[in-house]
Amino acid sequence: MTEKRVDLLVIGAGPAGLAAAIAAKETGIDSLLVLEREKDPGGILRQCIHNGFGLHRFKEELTGPEYADRDIARAMELHIPIRCGTTVLSVSSGRKVTCVSPSEGLQIYQAGAVILAMGCRERPRGALCTPGTRCAGIYSAGTAQRFVNLEGLMPGKRVVILGSGDIGLIMARRMTLQGAEVLACVEIMPYSSGLNRNIVQCLQDYSIPLYLNHTVTEIRGRERLEGITISQVDENRKPIPGTDISFDCDTLLLSCGLIPENELSLGAGVRLSPATSGPVVNENFETSVPGVFACGNVLHVHDLVDHVSRESALAGKAAAEYIRSGAAGAETIQVTDGDGVRGTVPQMIHRNASADIDLMFRPAGVYRSSAAVVRCGGEEILRKKAMIYTPGEMAVLTLKAELLQRLPDSVLTVSIERTE
Amino acid sequence: MEKVITCINCPVGCRMTVMLSDAGDVLSVSGNTCPRGDKYARQECMLPLRVITAVLPVPGSPTPLSVKTASPVPKDAIPEVMRELSRVRPVLPVHAGDVIVKNILDTGADIVATRSLL
Amino acid sequence: MLCSSDVLLIGAGITGCATARALSRYACSVIVLERGPDLAEGATKANSGIVHAGYDAHPGTRKAYHNVRGAAMYPELCRSLSVPYEQCGALVIGFDENDRRTLENLLQRGIQNGVQELRIVERSELLAMEPALNPDVLCALSVPTSGIVSPYELAFAMADDAALNGVSFRFNEEVTGITRLPDGGFLVRTGAGEYRCKALINCAGASSADLHNMLSGEKLTMVHRRGQYYLLDHAVSLPFRRTIFQCPSVMGKGVLVSPTVHGNLLLGPNAEDIQDPLDTATTQAGLDEVLRKAALSWPKVSVRSNITNFSGIRAHLPQDDFLIGPVAGCPGAFEAVGIESPGLSSAPSVGADLAGMAAEWLHCSVNETIVPYTAPDKPFREMSEEEQRAAVLRDPAYGNIVCRCEVVTEAEIRRAIRRPVGATTVDGVKRRTRAGMGRCQGGFCMPRVMDILSEELQQNILNITKDGGESRLLCDTVASFLEGGSVHD
Repeated sequence: MTEKRVDLLVIGAGPAGLAAAIAAKETGIDSLLVLEREKDPGGILRQCIHNGFGLHRFKEELTGPEYADRDIARAMELHIPIRCGTTVLSVSSGRKVTCVSPSEGLQIYQAGAVILAMGCRERPRGALCTPGTRCAGIYSAGTAQRFVNLEGLMPGKRVVILGSGDIGLIMARRMTLQGAEVLACVEIMPYSSGLNRNIVQCLQDYSIPLYLNHTVTEIRGRERLEGITISQVDENRKPIPGTDISFDCDTLLLSCGLIPENELSLGAGVRLSPATSGPVVNENFETSVPGVFACGNVLHVHDLVDHVSRESALAGKAAAEYIRSGAAGAETIQVTDGDGVRGTVPQMIHRNASADIDLMFRPAGVYRSSAAVVRCGGEEILRKKAMIYTPGEMAVLTLKAELLQRLPDSVLTVSIERTE
Repeated sequence: MEKVITCINCPVGCRMTVMLSDAGDVLSVSGNTCPRGDKYARQECMLPLRVITAVLPVPGSPTPLSVKTASPVPKDAIPEVMRELSRVRPVLPVHAGDVIVKNILDTGADIVATRSLL
Repeated sequence: MLCSSDVLLIGAGITGCATARALSRYACSVIVLERGPDLAEGATKANSGIVHAGYDAHPGTRKAYHNVRGAAMYPELCRSLSVPYEQCGALVIGFDENDRRTLENLLQRGIQNGVQELRIVERSELLAMEPALNPDVLCALSVPTSGIVSPYELAFAMADDAALNGVSFRFNEEVTGITRLPDGGFLVRTGAGEYRCKALINCAGASSADLHNMLSGEKLTMVHRRGQYYLLDHAVSLPFRRTIFQCPSVMGKGVLVSPTVHGNLLLGPNAEDIQDPLDTATTQAGLDEVLRKAALSWPKVSVRSNITNFSGIRAHLPQDDFLIGPVAGCPGAFEAVGIESPGLSSAPSVGADLAGMAAEWLHCSVNETIVPYTAPDKPFREMSEEEQRAAVLRDPAYGNIVCRCEVVTEAEIRRAIRRPVGATTVDGVKRRTRAGMGRCQGGFCMPRVMDILSEELQQNILNITKDGGESRLLCDTVASFLEGGSVHD
């Protein structure tokens, strides 16, 4: 069947895809198309009706739909075509993109460059291997959020939340405000991976107890959930006998981590990083497949949407540059994770990169009075002190472009070190 | 009287101790590591403020309307504001930014739509 | 309400569905009563999905007879019903000379039972066949005719075929009492109504002994044996092409590691006797046991890509054989009791025999007007590009991908609900289409599947259940909940 040509094809019209498409269009790429599987653009922001988005980018606190609307309005202004209700079925290593929608049928595009911006998904119950019955009433927090905020439906009345990620905390407040009773938030780690602001304003404001070092050890109820048991865990995260607390609840919401959604990337032959579960990219956000770029939560799970937008605009510009000038040559510098660091992005850098490069990563634990350090060939080339590094917050180190030319070695290692 | 407050300004999350007089005035703030903490602790003790967001059912629309208070309202007012909102049924069409309730419960804050429903 | 039929069949698991289909080939009226909300709700939805070759059962037992005969029926049965079935072969592995003796015994038993192509394979060949196997393995019984099938999909297809040919299926009907009528027939009471029939067939799985005891003076005691499983995502490349069984030894029965027809990997089951035949919960101890034992076959066992855990109940009789045939001392009643492994493999054979017995009792002739079964269209994910293009042109709902993980379209979900014995629940849609079967476990597609169910069944979305009964997925609308919510107290 006939293929249509397009210079740039963006997969996903969430904050990442929109920012990338806008940036590419602004640099003069006119032949572009954004594909979105939902009925409307905006991605997961559409269901994030709480405020707190955009403080960095817009210097004001927006709700999710408001943040998304700004990008959508800009995309409209630029006449960027966004095709909603369209699911991409496959991406080939040669950037052939097959997609389908009820109105347009099956379509195949040959793209000059592809930007992967599919976002991430939530870790489901199966991944936690929690024993018990397989009753109704167990949802990922995001599914519950969709029910309440987009469909006006309440999944339950008496709720326990497993995992203290931000979505879980936000849903604790949402369920409470919409009239449900939230009995507890349970976190297996000794700390919450959510923002302090959310712990205070979503749990403490409503007197919802947070059980750290606890996990769900039993799920009861044959048809609908009737109750759960939580237990304290030891340092190996194994339940400690005799520490059981039982809750009668009809709903268990899981907020136990996000996983970049890379099935299409794998199909295209894109190499993934085991640390981020996202593609391995260079400083242009180009993956191991030439002309295929990745940004936003499909690349690595972000803490703030403002960072997603910034990163994605860079990816959009880089894709535009690729369309105009072709490949940028071989990367010569490799970035690796050292102690206390998980999933540094980008993993590869061109030595002749002309702009400063942000190295982004998640701390592997909570580190107080520490410094993030970049070393190369035994030499320390960058150090950034902070009062605290936590897994909940993306750490960013800016590497000056001029530093790259005079690196003693071709491997950079990022680590966190305690400062006395 | 003594009050313990977790700072929300940054990930450090300083646990601050606020000494209050019998009249409820802040006497001292300790445990903070920057001036922003001091300011936040005083605000939290005197008059904690929150933006409220919610979804409201809209007759004739399968999708509910998301709304927010256009400015923060006193934390203590949250239950009353929600009770008031539970009676509100916005009418189609709604545009993002439309005022749904003016000056709700005299808090000085309007309830505005954060999305459009056409 | 009183309904009458020639045959009343109790239980719509794999054996019940096979029997119903076989009965539909006779000129008799048939009603199937099922306690659950859907077909295949008991052991059929929660077992290993293996079509055993027949080397395991002792020669001369009903298990051996039906297993070998049933397994031989599988290729043609699944082909004609378009049900995924694959003769992937199996290895029963052993680690020492004791195990070798056991394997030699199994080989002899298999030969006596008429199983073809059996042979003992030594380590080097074994590791070439399955490189992920434990290198400490000594030898194995190779069983090339061992197969895998999707048990519930086979049940659905057989039930649809039966329904097309006049069999009526009634769900949420639990038998509460049976009375013998003066005319030799039966009056069966359920929570919902009364049924009168001339012949009664008991395919009630975990409850088959209870039903037997209602009919016969010779009482049976059944043991309910629970087995727990891990099901891993098909995104990971499969470590094994064949089903890997462990040699039964003094250490117990071992667990299997097997690919499924959908390319997932299955680990399990353990075995524990439990009191409640409906207690399909998993336990930490049980899951740990499965992992520990699976590691013996697959040292690099990893459940990082685990999709779900489940457990199934095997209906075990102490005499360790199926009880199949006329119910002792109760003319007109027939039964299949104690259908544990190899029950799935045996089902086509058992169904044919039970149907034949009932037909003979009723003196009914062969049904001359068979409505040919047409299988549901090929799943969208398995279509070629051209087929996909044509499908969306034919029905735009094929262009709406509802489940991304398994690439299931709105068209397929609507069709699954409209099948002769269609889906009425979210799990029913899942088992018929695989929507929600993937790595996100329905996180994305469940709300959409619920919308489609509510539309197709013309039910308020609040009444849509996960798997029938009280398994409602939602409690209220935001509108009415806000008015009565707890925040206002």
